[in-house]
Amino acid sequence: MEKDDLKKATKCVVIGGSAGSIKPLLQILSKLKASLDFPVIVILHRKNDPRSSLETLLNNGCALPVKEGEDKETLKNGIVYVAPSDYHLLIENDHSLSLDASEKVLWSRPSIDVTFLSAAEVYKKNLLGILLSGANNDGSVGLERIKNMGGKTVVQSPDNAEMPAMPLSAINIFKPDYVLKDSEIAAVINRFK
Amino acid sequence: MITDEEMEMLLYDILEIYGYDFNDYAKASFKRRLNRLITLDRFPSFAEFRFRLKDDKEYFNRFIEQITVNVTEMFRDPDFYQTLRKEVLPILSTYPFIRIWHAGCSTGEEVFSMAIILKEANLLHKSILYATDINAKVVTQASTGVFNMMHMKQYTENYNLSGGIHDFSQYYTAGNNKVIFDQSFKNHMVFSTHNLVAESSFNEFQLIVCRNVLIYFEKDLQAKVFNLFDESLERLGFLALGNKESIRLSPANAKFKQVGTEKIWRKMI
Ligand SMILES: C[S@@+](CC[C@H](N)C(=O)[O-])C[C@H]1O[C@@H](n2cnc3c(N)ncnc32)[C@H](O)[C@@H]1O
Repeated sequence: MEKDDLKKATKCVVIGGSAGSIKPLLQILSKLKASLDFPVIVILHRKNDPRSSLETLLNNGCALPVKEGEDKETLKNGIVYVAPSDYHLLIENDHSLSLDASEKVLWSRPSIDVTFLSAAEVYKKNLLGILLSGANNDGSVGLERIKNMGGKTVVQSPDNAEMPAMPLSAINIFKPDYVLKDSEIAAVINRFK
Repeated sequence: MITDEEMEMLLYDILEIYGYDFNDYAKASFKRRLNRLITLDRFPSFAEFRFRLKDDKEYFNRFIEQITVNVTEMFRDPDFYQTLRKEVLPILSTYPFIRIWHAGCSTGEEVFSMAIILKEANLLHKSILYATDINAKVVTQASTGVFNMMHMKQYTENYNLSGGIHDFSQYYTAGNNKVIFDQSFKNHMVFSTHNLVAESSFNEFQLIVCRNVLIYFEKDLQAKVFNLFDESLERLGFLALGNKESIRLSPANAKFKQVGTEKIWRKMI
């Protein structure tokens, strides 16, 4: 039991992306250190097809295990969790995951904002939020909250993003800590303290 | 945004005054629902929201309607219905009489989907579907068999993917913006409110369908509800859960065996 408690995450990284974000995400995951002392949660807008295996695709290029986030699962360090399609993913105070099939938010389920807002409340300053390419404006409100709660924020630079709308909508409402090319983002995660 | 302490006070009030216990609902999504309702109904402060809720019984009904997540569709997860058709209905067909319980039926799309596959398997004449939910408003709506026209294109696709071989439109009549399902289905349905948290078993079933309800409950409450389902199932009866739900981590799991890869379990003892 004690050992499990030690392994329980006290900080966390959340990454959100939409159209054009698979490439930067693969790029980021391929450069992560093989041992991280926090979990990484990925929220991607994707087609609602239970048979498409995004996890397999992401797992192939990543030193860390990548898995779909399950309802009531306790987050563990060094694991990459991907939100299942068609559910919102929330984080509980005890660092476990909850799924929620409620209404779409900004036409999206999973919604990046929903997870970012929930993670910000739980992890406060011990949170790193990253927003990648996308053609809508999901994620910006959540990322701003992360910053306001004392966490660190990164936005993929609009020039570098295949779809700049999502990064731009974040930059338009607040000043993120870093605006970076996809190739520079993994280093921020690896250094995250 | 309300705080954890405020939420706790509210949960206590609701239990005290109305006897509804939401303490073991998963907190993150419950809090989201609370915040949503406070914004939707334009309460200037948490205190005013709390006061209204304590003071106004009518408003409590609205609270139940809004705090529950009622999102549903016909033939949601078509593969699930395909497995029911192929693996479960052939076994149910051997019973003289089939009793099915839809716990958390919401507005009834799931119940009418079930009636359709029973009819196509030539089992509807000997089946009764009990449809229950904590939210009285959705139960009333479910009992009409009237659905929004807007969704019929997707429901037709879902139906076809579920292994349906008929023209889906034969099951309903279209009106303005609404469709009415074949009213004879209702001869095989019983609608009622039922709260999984507080109420006990009311019958024995061969199949219990409880999809996308347990994700809103904390683990201990899930375990309690699995015990209720265990008590309400005949030996060799089936329990069907939502695509992201599982009995695996609850003590009742020992009595159940999973059927194939879908979220369907069979009670073995
Ligand atoms: C997301 S809907 C699921 C509808 C349908 N089963 C489906 O999967 O499409 C969840 C339903 O569970 C109901 N519910 C929530 N708490 C409940 C409780 N304690 N007892 C019974 N029903 C409950 C809600 O009112 C809501 O209608």
